[in-house]
Amino acid sequence: MARDEQEVLDAIERRRRRPVRRLLDAHVTLAHGAGGKSSHALIEALFLPELGNPLLDPLADSALLEANGVGPRLAFSTDSYVVKPLFFPGGDIGELAVNGTVNDLAMSGARPLCLSAGFIVEEGFATDELRRIAASMGRAAREAGVAVAAADTKVVERGKADGVYVNTAGVGVLERTVELSASAIRPGDRVLVSGTLGDHGMAIMIARGELELEVELQSDTAPLASLVAALLDATGGVRVLRDPTRGGLATVMAELALSAEVGIALDERALPVRAEVNGACEILGIDPLYVANEGKLVAVVAPEAADVALAALRGHPLGADAALVGEVRGEPPGLVLLETAFGGSRVVDMLAGDPLPRIC
Amino acid sequence: MRFVDEYRDPDLARKLSEEIAGLVEPGRKLKLMEVCGGHTHAIYKHGVEDLLPDEIELVHGPGCPVCVIPMGRQDDAIAIAERPEVVFTTFGDMLRVPASNGSLLDAKARGSDVRMVYSPLDALKLARENPDREVVFFAIGFETTTPSTALTLQRAQAEGIRNFFVFCNHVTIIPAIRAILDSPDLRLDGFIGPGHVSTVIGIRPYRFIARDHGRPVVVSGFEPLDVLQGVYMILRQLRDSRSEVENQYSRVVRDEGNALALRAIAATMELRTTFEWRGLGFISQSALKLRPELSEFDAELRYELPGVRVADPKACQCGEVLKGVIKPWECKVFGTACTPDHPIGTCMVSSEGACAAYYNYGRYAGRRRRHPAPA
Repeated sequence: MARDEQEVLDAIERRRRRPVRRLLDAHVTLAHGAGGKSSHALIEALFLPELGNPLLDPLADSALLEANGVGPRLAFSTDSYVVKPLFFPGGDIGELAVNGTVNDLAMSGARPLCLSAGFIVEEGFATDELRRIAASMGRAAREAGVAVAAADTKVVERGKADGVYVNTAGVGVLERTVELSASAIRPGDRVLVSGTLGDHGMAIMIARGELELEVELQSDTAPLASLVAALLDATGGVRVLRDPTRGGLATVMAELALSAEVGIALDERALPVRAEVNGACEILGIDPLYVANEGKLVAVVAPEAADVALAALRGHPLGADAALVGEVRGEPPGLVLLETAFGGSRVVDMLAGDPLPRIC
Repeated sequence: MRFVDEYRDPDLARKLSEEIAGLVEPGRKLKLMEVCGGHTHAIYKHGVEDLLPDEIELVHGPGCPVCVIPMGRQDDAIAIAERPEVVFTTFGDMLRVPASNGSLLDAKARGSDVRMVYSPLDALKLARENPDREVVFFAIGFETTTPSTALTLQRAQAEGIRNFFVFCNHVTIIPAIRAILDSPDLRLDGFIGPGHVSTVIGIRPYRFIARDHGRPVVVSGFEPLDVLQGVYMILRQLRDSRSEVENQYSRVVRDEGNALALRAIAATMELRTTFEWRGLGFISQSALKLRPELSEFDAELRYELPGVRVADPKACQCGEVLKGVIKPWECKVFGTACTPDHPIGTCMVSSEGACAAYYNYGRYAGRRRRHPAPA
């Protein structure tokens, strides 16, 4: 007896909504680190049962803390950086480690205050390179207006780390009353991105030199706190902000659609993608929607705020290529649809598998 | 993007779509098979089905290189990869294909040295750089990828490289199409012929389909407009009661194919008596192995392999999907036990697999008409 297509589709959607309770894998594979479905499974089925609490459970970019109800609320976040190569066009691991955590804080609407930095260095690593990384962290911290307030260094035997890994954690202060949350999303809202998609991930892939593609491409790593401030100053209509890092715009939109129980329609023709990124993606069979960004944000805004928000983004040097790329619908709940430039439509889901290991 | 955008023009697509609609007989269902997984991917990725009338059903064919590798061969690959002296190199898609005891990605997590490469030449380079290791390349694919393996073998031989081996699983498309035409399960009205395979073998090998089976074949490119035009050309043949082999992809495919590539294949490989295909079973003279003169590079001779025929998991219906007998969503485990993050069958792994393409891109198809796409 053939299955009914609609029933099958409904079953898939029900399954996508269910939290993953059991991790099926006996070993951690690279897919668990790629930010897609396997990463979610690892977090939901292994970490949350042991570590879960009301601060962590929302799995947002930052946790929001209240110090006994006294004073402003704080945002707290952490991220580790294992990018290969350590130095790439447009940045290096140090700059990335500062900007990444600054951006996680900024997405909650917080003003980043200070960071911690942890270095895990491999025996034999050149001190000159470590100095370059430290210097670029210093520069990035000054640019973002944050202080590196605590730091730690560990050295491991040769072969036990790939040069250097960096962890940063950060604290920011929430000075605004606005509540940025996926649950604030409503049908009719608009989706904005602050600039071209896929620059970082593709720059890293090309910097590895395995592809022998001759393309001039720079990572977009940048601190987004001032862009966020400009946006939030311009309008109170911002529902939620995300930085589409690993897994790219597609993964962020799929997460938002699922958690807000809304449909999201994206217009492929409106997506800003550099010709070089598009070309490299085409050759490699990769979709730029899934390629990481390190200096871009996605904003879901109220329909009446869309024009003001877009102008505010475009008025900032980091948002010059901002674009309106889609809108929120009531239907189909939990799904992101892309109207293709060709005139058809398709689903956009979270990434399964791992096309781009160690991009951040 | 030049050379791409002109094949994705929505205005041309709409015009072609109208002309296609004018060629179908209302109510008369037509089943067209796109043989190649590259087409399946393009169809779902660009939403090509949205531009076709309800009368036309696209049936996904067996031309997905990852999908057709049977479980037993994947077990053999993992057995090679698990040897401590081996650096096992593979295209990315094969990493996630489930075998009897996990995938190559799992073997890698357990300690095997498995590396993803983009070309067999990358594997040869690894062999050059690591003379104390044995570098094995997991060669898969139809005539599209076979020439690059052949040229790599020739280069390894010319350079006298001793630590490079090929685990050869190259298959040929014609016997698979023949098996589908001979199968009683399916009535097809025409074929969208493979584009890249045809750049190598040309369009003549498909003549038996038109001549003996009376079915139109249009060799087509991989851009969405190519696919639409392929459909249009098949419908024109059907309207005129013709069955011919036509070439939509003439900007790339020459009728006689690529003699240089064919010579490189013939110089390095020969037909196997028989080879097992996932879902299609054993098909005689459907795959290639290294010629005896190149036996020093043959991983099958170098290593002891389990070489056991392993049945697919009971629930898995990749075979029927590959033959086009069922749609991906008709499989018992589609989307529930078998998903892109935990695939049971190969069709859910490869980006060219019908199940993965439908799951990742086409899932909305069933509801599309009730909730039209954004304006």
